Amino acid sequence: MDAILIQILNGLDKGGAYALIALGLTLTFGTLGIVNFAHGALFMLGAFCAVLFNKILTISVKVKDESITFFDAYKEQPYLEIWLGDLGNTIIDYSVPLSILFAIPVMWLVGVIMERGLIKYFYKRDHADQILVTFGLAIVIQEVIRHFFGANPIPMPPPDIVSGSAPIGTMLGLNDNIAYPWWRLIYLVFSLIVIFAVFAFLKFTTFGMVVRAGMADRETVELLGINVQRRFTIVFGIATVVAGLAGVMYAPILPPDYHMGMEFLVLSFVVVVVGGMGSLPGAVAAGFLLGILQSFASMNEVKSIFPGIDQIIIYLVAVVILLVRPRGLMGREGVFED
Amino acid sequence: MIKKIFSSNPLIMLIFSAVVLTAPIWLDPIGANYPDLLQKFAIFGIFAIGYNILFGLTGYLSFGHATFLGVGSYTAVWAFKLLSMNIVPAIILAIIVSGVFALIIGFLSLRRSGIYFSILTLAFAQMAYSLAYSVLTPITNGETGLQLSLKDPRVLDSMAGIIPQEGLPSTNLFGYLMKSYEGYFGFYFAAVILIIAFYVSLKIFRSPYGLKLRAIKSNQTRMKYTGFNTRPYLLSAFVISGMYAGLAGALLASIDPLAGAERMQWTASGEVVLMTILGGAGTLIGPLLGTTIIKYLENIFSALNPSELHNMFDFMPEPLQNFMVTIVSPFVGEGWHLTLGAMFMIIVIFLPGGVMQGLSHLSSFMKRLFGSKKDTTPDSVNDAAPTTSKGGH
Repeated sequence: MDAILIQILNGLDKGGAYALIALGLTLTFGTLGIVNFAHGALFMLGAFCAVLFNKILTISVKVKDESITFFDAYKEQPYLEIWLGDLGNTIIDYSVPLSILFAIPVMWLVGVIMERGLIKYFYKRDHADQILVTFGLAIVIQEVIRHFFGANPIPMPPPDIVSGSAPIGTMLGLNDNIAYPWWRLIYLVFSLIVIFAVFAFLKFTTFGMVVRAGMADRETVELLGINVQRRFTIVFGIATVVAGLAGVMYAPILPPDYHMGMEFLVLSFVVVVVGGMGSLPGAVAAGFLLGILQSFASMNEVKSIFPGIDQIIIYLVAVVILLVRPRGLMGREGVFED
Repeated sequence: MIKKIFSSNPLIMLIFSAVVLTAPIWLDPIGANYPDLLQKFAIFGIFAIGYNILFGLTGYLSFGHATFLGVGSYTAVWAFKLLSMNIVPAIILAIIVSGVFALIIGFLSLRRSGIYFSILTLAFAQMAYSLAYSVLTPITNGETGLQLSLKDPRVLDSMAGIIPQEGLPSTNLFGYLMKSYEGYFGFYFAAVILIIAFYVSLKIFRSPYGLKLRAIKSNQTRMKYTGFNTRPYLLSAFVISGMYAGLAGALLASIDPLAGAERMQWTASGEVVLMTILGGAGTLIGPLLGTTIIKYLENIFSALNPSELHNMFDFMPEPLQNFMVTIVSPFVGEGWHLTLGAMFMIIVIFLPGGVMQGLSHLSSFMKRLFGSKKDTTPDSVNDAAPTTSKGGH
């Protein structure tokens, strides 16, 4: 029982990341009709927003280290600490959550530039061309990041106060031994908040209504005299920001390196396909489902029966789903069928 | 006149063979005349030609073809270990095994089309890649890669009475070592295979079978409505292209008997797509052209470093020279992939038909430029028409 709970929890935070990336992918699929292979790179860019923000905060100056008296020693002291004292240190400590504020405008800008500068010209081209051009873009983004940040993963610590583990077992009145890292718990809550925000936006605003209508039947919406094209930029921007936020908050869980996007991209595509092309609830549900499934598959008990199952479970599920239920779990008829 | 040459198969093969076999001579001036690179041209050329039979003719974008390359390599190395250091059994086995893999993966993937097909092939490729790294380590030797060892049985060799000398034996073709004649033997062997592979692809392109594959690309629904079952045609095209990939993998292994899982990574699959579209998907010679361009540029770009760049821009004044080096250096050496990605985008955006489309644009432009001086006979008009319409899609 305890083991099962732990595995579900383990799956949920990864599932949250899958769900967030798949959400953006589905949005761009459903409204813009674009197959975006660069979406994983956007997730990676988000994580590097956190890295960059941390770097900016800790711009330092060399000062004499007073604690060492034998010889002249120097240490790096961040400007923030000099200017703001303890408050500065606190800000640096909280750099990851704070970088959300930094990441939103940056990712929005990236998304808008990408849509206006490139994606716009590919609405009328076939899917193969879209896949190829965004694949090229993903390589370019990845290599640019590698050029500036190097090839090694950069560890990003979460704030001190949440660096430990949460005694989940005690909280739920179960076994006291069940503990779970605070940050992963925060990630889960955060991803749920973002998902609900996106859904609320689509459900309760006029703009969202048009977007949903566009996903269901673009032609009719256009015939009603609504300029769908103009809204595409905003939708693409939202998808980019969601992917970026998923990346920012994931940085303390997985130290960002330049090719983390590719790994998540392939998995997220599988998530989208399993959930059903063009279905937002499907993408979210499939994201969490596959995350949990993956963590169950990596249990030692399961691995001893099916060796290597943890590596391939997601792909296996995708293959089976595509073959027996081609529309995915919640896919609708007529969406992306040829 | 030119059209007549290109419509005759034996003549094309003659020209093609001559061009390929004299490659060491005419590639010499641009500094590409050494065996390693020439072999790469030929082997990846085979890979791209095979991929073109699937993607170029049917339009099915597979993102997992590197799997078959990897399977071919592994099979070949196992053949070297268990059977014989002669490359013939290795190559034949590799083609068969990768064909079987292609049959299974193709049978499952081809039940869907469009982007679903791409994602399915990608999923299979990732599955193969992860398995090769983890559970299948006894077969693939994991991260180290599969290598020859002194304890290998080599049944056929010992039956034939070939006793290994000191150290590891080398791959050979009935006694001729692949590395003999300063490595050129390996190239000529690969070149001959390339010519055969090209001939097969030429025959496929110009057969009713090839026409049917093309019809699937242009309108599969219509094909189905006319009562035509497209599935066997697609599957056979998939298997053929998988066998080409296996052949390329076996050749890679026979030149350097080492197989690693990184050959199966999906970026490797992406590279063969790029080679094909860079040259021109669906054209006969395009993929080979694309391969040559990419492998040549890779060879040049990844070898450069900042100090060599300084030498290159030596003729400029100092500040300008530093500026140029700063601009160019991210694109060379380690940054070769950046150039590759950028090239990928530029080709897809501006020249979706690849180099071949560019050439046909150029030739029709030249015809318009010089056509006004000459008498425009009906014949030359007819010649120009198909080339322009070919580039138009």
